Amino acid sequence: MPKLSYLKALNRALGDAMELDPSVFLLGEDIRVAASNLTAGLSSRFGPERVIDTPLSEQAFTNFATGAALAGMRPVIEFQIPSLLFLVFEQIANQAHKFSLMTGGQCKVPVTYVVPGSGSRTGWAGQHSDHPYTLFAHVGVKTVVPATPSDAYGLLVSAIRDDDPVVVFAPSAALGVRDDVDFSTLAPVPLGVGRVARSGRDVTVVALGHLLQDALVVADELAGVGISVEVFDPRTVYPFDVDGLAASVAKTRRLVVIDDSNRTSGFAAEVLALAAERFTLDAPPRRVTRPDGAVLPFALALDRAVQPGRDQLVAAINAVLEDQ
Amino acid sequence: MTADDLGRTAPHAVTVDLYRAVRLIRRFEERAIEFVRSGEIVGGIHPYLGQEAIAAAVCAALTSADVITSTHRGHGHVLARGADPGRMLAELMGRETGLNKGRGGSMHAADFSLGILGANAIVGAAASIATGAAWAYRQQGRDTVAVTFFGDGAMNEGMLLEALNLAALWQVPVLFVCENNGYATTMPVGSAVAGSITARARAFGMPAFTIDGQDPETVLKASTAAVARARSGKGPMFLECLTYRFDAHHTFEHRARLDYRSPGEVAAGRARDPVAIQGARLPERERAAVDSEVEAALDAAAEFALGSAHPDPADPLKYLYAVMP
Ligand SMILES: Cc1ncc(C[n+]2csc(CCOP(=O)(O)OP(=O)(O)O)c2C)c(N)n1
Ligand SMILES: [Mg+2]
Repeated sequence: MPKLSYLKALNRALGDAMELDPSVFLLGEDIRVAASNLTAGLSSRFGPERVIDTPLSEQAFTNFATGAALAGMRPVIEFQIPSLLFLVFEQIANQAHKFSLMTGGQCKVPVTYVVPGSGSRTGWAGQHSDHPYTLFAHVGVKTVVPATPSDAYGLLVSAIRDDDPVVVFAPSAALGVRDDVDFSTLAPVPLGVGRVARSGRDVTVVALGHLLQDALVVADELAGVGISVEVFDPRTVYPFDVDGLAASVAKTRRLVVIDDSNRTSGFAAEVLALAAERFTLDAPPRRVTRPDGAVLPFALALDRAVQPGRDQLVAAINAVLEDQ
Repeated sequence: MTADDLGRTAPHAVTVDLYRAVRLIRRFEERAIEFVRSGEIVGGIHPYLGQEAIAAAVCAALTSADVITSTHRGHGHVLARGADPGRMLAELMGRETGLNKGRGGSMHAADFSLGILGANAIVGAAASIATGAAWAYRQQGRDTVAVTFFGDGAMNEGMLLEALNLAALWQVPVLFVCENNGYATTMPVGSAVAGSITARARAFGMPAFTIDGQDPETVLKASTAAVARARSGKGPMFLECLTYRFDAHHTFEHRARLDYRSPGEVAAGRARDPVAIQGARLPERERAAVDSEVEAALDAAAEFALGSAHPDPADPLKYLYAVMP
């Protein structure tokens, strides 16, 4: 079977979506020559009217996309770096997201925001290494963080077809992931539906984006010492697949969340709150996150020390298995 | 009246229509202020009083295929674009029959069926939305022109300057209408804008003119030319309309007397009244007839709004998503 990389899968999703629907077009910085490779080949395939290089005017072009969406288009914006989402938080959270309710359902805003390279980029330091999916989930913007090439394809296609704004976080550490994929099986993945990436009995680990790979490696390791780990990939951060996780936890009755957000009010905090309200567990759940208020320091060892890692995950799993 | 009619209609009809429009906005706002006082409108409004000529005349220059975006001080634009005064008032009162089904209120009134892509409460935010919409319509082969209204205060929002750049760069058929009423809340324009407003627009390579925003016919002439230019593919244009806000920045100011305009200045500003200027162009009898027509329409609007149901609190987040999985 051919290999498909995560980044190539996103690229394929864009191409397929544009092929299928002439109202889909791309906006972003340096996307014509595909500086990030996300849009490789699309400019020559679809022309400059549908692959539009913008000046460095993130706020205006994000609202521009909202206006185009109100006029019936399906814009997709590529953001070169995750922190640009801070710059356009108003335009997404306060404009695009609010139009439907505030107009009493008169309009829809089908814009997709893609960040190819969210989270630590190894060596890019504090202002290029955030992974702010929790912020968008908090304000109620549909938010996906695909982990695998197939899901990258399927979730991006669904995001573009969705009639609401959707933010797609493609973690930097996941872009190079390659899977054997039968291209004919690539298909839209519905928003809001998680997936059991590995089945197990003793504990459920919630992991998304690049951390799914870490969770799977840890699950393999622990299988060697007789611990059976189930790995649940929510795929969509908001709306979260509560039923999917509930089914998994009903079986394992133990829960660990690994999450590349800062700790306070992060995604993991939400999953733990959900567990407290809804699930019956045999031990208190645990989370592995970035520290509170973390800014990623530059030096490699410091950068790594701030990110949730496999050792911490192993420790958290052992702790919930020991707790009664 | 639209620009379509302009060539065919006798100038007198244009004069009457403009008067009707400014009078309607004037009386709507005066009545809305009363409803704020009586508590029927919760949260207050930003009255458009004094600036009526701009909304009335710019919207008169448009066709039904065109679109507009509006501001926190937006009632005039929405009414001038043809929104039903009853549904507009119902929106201000948070009723289910309102333009936005009571979900938007004074600062967010929208009627997409009339090309009103919404009033926006974030200063300067709508300019880039209007630019995107106008661009999209052109891509679709339509000859739609978008008009985006904003105040002098918006000239210091970076995003608005970014929008001017995009519009000029991509020759988007959008008309930027700056209503310079001298103040952003209490901040005088002279203390806020370095250089000049129109020079900023010209720096992006688009024509920009300063006009008398108190005379409806002056505004109509300038905006008709600007809209025609945009429609013909020559790109965006910028009109700075000099005007004066007759009343409070917001009705909260009726209780909190803020000291930033002298009584003399306010009196001088109010002396150039767009309703009086346009009214003077009509014979007394005809003006009186329009006035009573407007009062009757507003009586009906008030009756409709006051008699309308409140939204059901059982489903407060209806319409939050177009589709929710
Ligand atoms: C971005 C932003 N900053 C501040 C405010 C608060 N605010 C609302 S209206 C206003 C003044 C706007 O002045 P101007 O653009 O001249 O319009 P005017 O009120 O005079 O019609 C301010 C500061 C806001 N709504 N949005
Ligand atoms: Mg002002």
